[in-house]
Amino acid sequence: RLKNIVLGWNDLLCSKPMMVRDALNQAMDEELERDERVFLLGEEVAQYDGAYKVSRGLWKKYGDKRIIDTPITEMGFAGIAVGAAMAGLRPICEFMTFNFSMQAIDQIINSAAKTYYMSAGFQAVPIVFRGPNGASAGVAAQHSQCFAAWYAHCPGLKVVSPWNAEDAKGLLKSAIRDDNPVVFLENELMYGVPFEMSEESQSKDFTIPIGKAKVERQGTHVSLVSHSRYVSHCLDAAVVLAKEGIECEVINLRTIRPLDVECIETSVMKTNHLVTVEGGWPQFGVGAEICARIMEGPAFNYLDAPATRVTGVDIPMPYAKILEDNSLPQIKDIIFSVKKTLNV
Amino acid sequence: MKNMLTIISNALCRITGRNVLLIDLSEYVNVTSPPAVPALAQTQAQTQRQPPKPPPVSTRAPAAQLVSAQADQLDTPGTRAVVSRSFADFTSQATFDIKKCDVHRLEEGPPLKAELTREQGLRYYRIMQTVRRMELKADQLYKQKIIRGFCHLYDGQEACAVGIEAAINPSDHLITAYRAHGYTYTRGIAVKEILAELTGRRGGVAKGKGGSMHMYAPHFYGGNGIVGAQVPLGAGIALACQYQGNNQVCVALYGDGAANQGQLFESFNMAALWKLPCIFTCENNQYGMGTSVERASASTDYYKRGDFIPGIRVDGMDVLCVREAFKFAAEHCRSGKGPIVMELKTYRYHGHSMSDPGVSYRTREEIQEVRSKSDPITMLKERMLSNNMASVEEFKEIDIAIRKEVEEAAQYATSDPEPPLEELCNHIFSNDSPLEVRGTNPWARLKSVS
Repeated sequence: RLKNIVLGWNDLLCSKPMMVRDALNQAMDEELERDERVFLLGEEVAQYDGAYKVSRGLWKKYGDKRIIDTPITEMGFAGIAVGAAMAGLRPICEFMTFNFSMQAIDQIINSAAKTYYMSAGFQAVPIVFRGPNGASAGVAAQHSQCFAAWYAHCPGLKVVSPWNAEDAKGLLKSAIRDDNPVVFLENELMYGVPFEMSEESQSKDFTIPIGKAKVERQGTHVSLVSHSRYVSHCLDAAVVLAKEGIECEVINLRTIRPLDVECIETSVMKTNHLVTVEGGWPQFGVGAEICARIMEGPAFNYLDAPATRVTGVDIPMPYAKILEDNSLPQIKDIIFSVKKTLNV
Repeated sequence: MKNMLTIISNALCRITGRNVLLIDLSEYVNVTSPPAVPALAQTQAQTQRQPPKPPPVSTRAPAAQLVSAQADQLDTPGTRAVVSRSFADFTSQATFDIKKCDVHRLEEGPPLKAELTREQGLRYYRIMQTVRRMELKADQLYKQKIIRGFCHLYDGQEACAVGIEAAINPSDHLITAYRAHGYTYTRGIAVKEILAELTGRRGGVAKGKGGSMHMYAPHFYGGNGIVGAQVPLGAGIALACQYQGNNQVCVALYGDGAANQGQLFESFNMAALWKLPCIFTCENNQYGMGTSVERASASTDYYKRGDFIPGIRVDGMDVLCVREAFKFAAEHCRSGKGPIVMELKTYRYHGHSMSDPGVSYRTREEIQEVRSKSDPITMLKERMLSNNMASVEEFKEIDIAIRKEVEEAAQYATSDPEPPLEELCNHIFSNDSPLEVRGTNPWARLKSVS
């Protein structure tokens, strides 16, 4: 539905819609061109054009030196990427999905994230770990986990989770230019979704700052805080709720760590109600952190009801479509939760 | 006179049982003042010193006395009061036989002879002895509870660090695991900064934030606590060297325990595929913590574990053997042949760490035997003495100077203040604007700067 709305506006305004994967591709292309220390490594990134075609055309343009196909050895190539970053390069390390990053997680946390601190500011690690995160469609339990909470737990990492094409482009460019380890969580189901791109996003120097959330829709009755694909769900729910006179403010976090608490607080102090929406599991998750932070800050006194978390179901992801559909937040779950929170 | 010198020369050869030649005594040139204790940072590129021109040598002591501590009666200019022998007496360069290295997938190995100048010998001695004394001082400080946490000591293995450094350039790269104090020194950090890091003070090389296992220096990437993780990092550093076309190599060290880690084999595969200039080096000190190599590895031929990667097994107790092997290895990598795997057979006198007495899984006799028969420092010293390259007094002087240096460093390390609490949250991110960090409670809003 959202896709149709966007495309409809597109015809009207004659702006060029861009799919998320192409925005990511453009971001990497521009940064590879801008700085010769930047290179991409990962499985199938070169000759296959990327497992999800995100790096399409880059190998043809930049060659073997800058776009490197690796064997299926995550721990090894993630470590190699971190070492290269320590020695002066600026690698983009792709995980085919973040599920496989678990094999390399020691290199991400112990070799990348902690090193600047352990060396008291001597050794920086300018690296981006990117790839699709969270649920896909029908790929079952081992291929569907959301790692936002896992990585966002760790000091020394920045964790970014773009929603639309503009986010994808601007945030990836920022991540690549950042001198620190950035975990860049994409979403496979969003790769093929087209979005309007703003005028300024056409510039080769267009970046979106890491650590700043965006209010995608103004509202007065409830703050819906989300990241990645579920921002779409929130916007869709907001359209439905608007018909019943409930105006939702939808916040797109864009960055998980550092969390833009101020943006959430400002919103909550206006709407007095908070509902967080995420695809990950509920326990110790992104929503849990948001609730805790709101409690610790000025916005608590403005809450007219306890905050609500809408999350994935607390189970390993099943395969059958009906089960899978009911394992993740649906628009009706968001609508239901908003009404419960507003006590309507 | 020349006849006399030839006779003496031959006598010396017979006594030392070597076929190698000492430089003809008549080649010596005048020395006007004794050289200073050589600096650590001298590079291999230094040209060989010409031997000093001889003063009139008419009263050479009989050959047998040359290896004794007795003073010669020569009265030459520049003779220091403490050392009653003039430097003109000393052999300025000698060639030594070194053990043949076992090789894997190589047509030829490192040479069987190593040249050593007096200056090099004294330098290697000084560096090894400094590492030795520094580690023993760390042992002392740990037992006094001034150093805490993990402390993995390197004494016994000095020839590895010193031999490697002698073979590579400061612009090459090196990464190792947690038994890293020796390498931190050879890569350029002062003893006092190392000890102050162990005692957790602000003057430590990592400002007290890293500790024993996390010390860094230019082209030295630590100091890594997770067993084996440093090896892919080393391969990555080698990738950067190749990418940047700078003709540099990376030495990536690991132990016999880490040699079984999967990520090593992942690194071997990629390094070989992409011909990375990486010298993978196993410091085989026979024990991974308390587990001997026979109990941990199905194959203890660590130099062969790279399979398709050529390998060399080296006597890690002989600094010259290590040096020659690494010269060979560096040349192999620099010439674009790809990675190489080195195995250094060495030994640690201490247990795995300070909390391990090191005798429950090995015998005291074994430790004693290595100490008496294969100690790397003793071996070098004896070589130099028996070839008239230096005197006992000189070595004593060096020892005294080192003792003083280490003592002063320990003084510094125990008196330097701890890092200020304001620094607690700094250095989370590089090149970033200041950020707020949550403290232990919601009201503790701490500041972090890059």
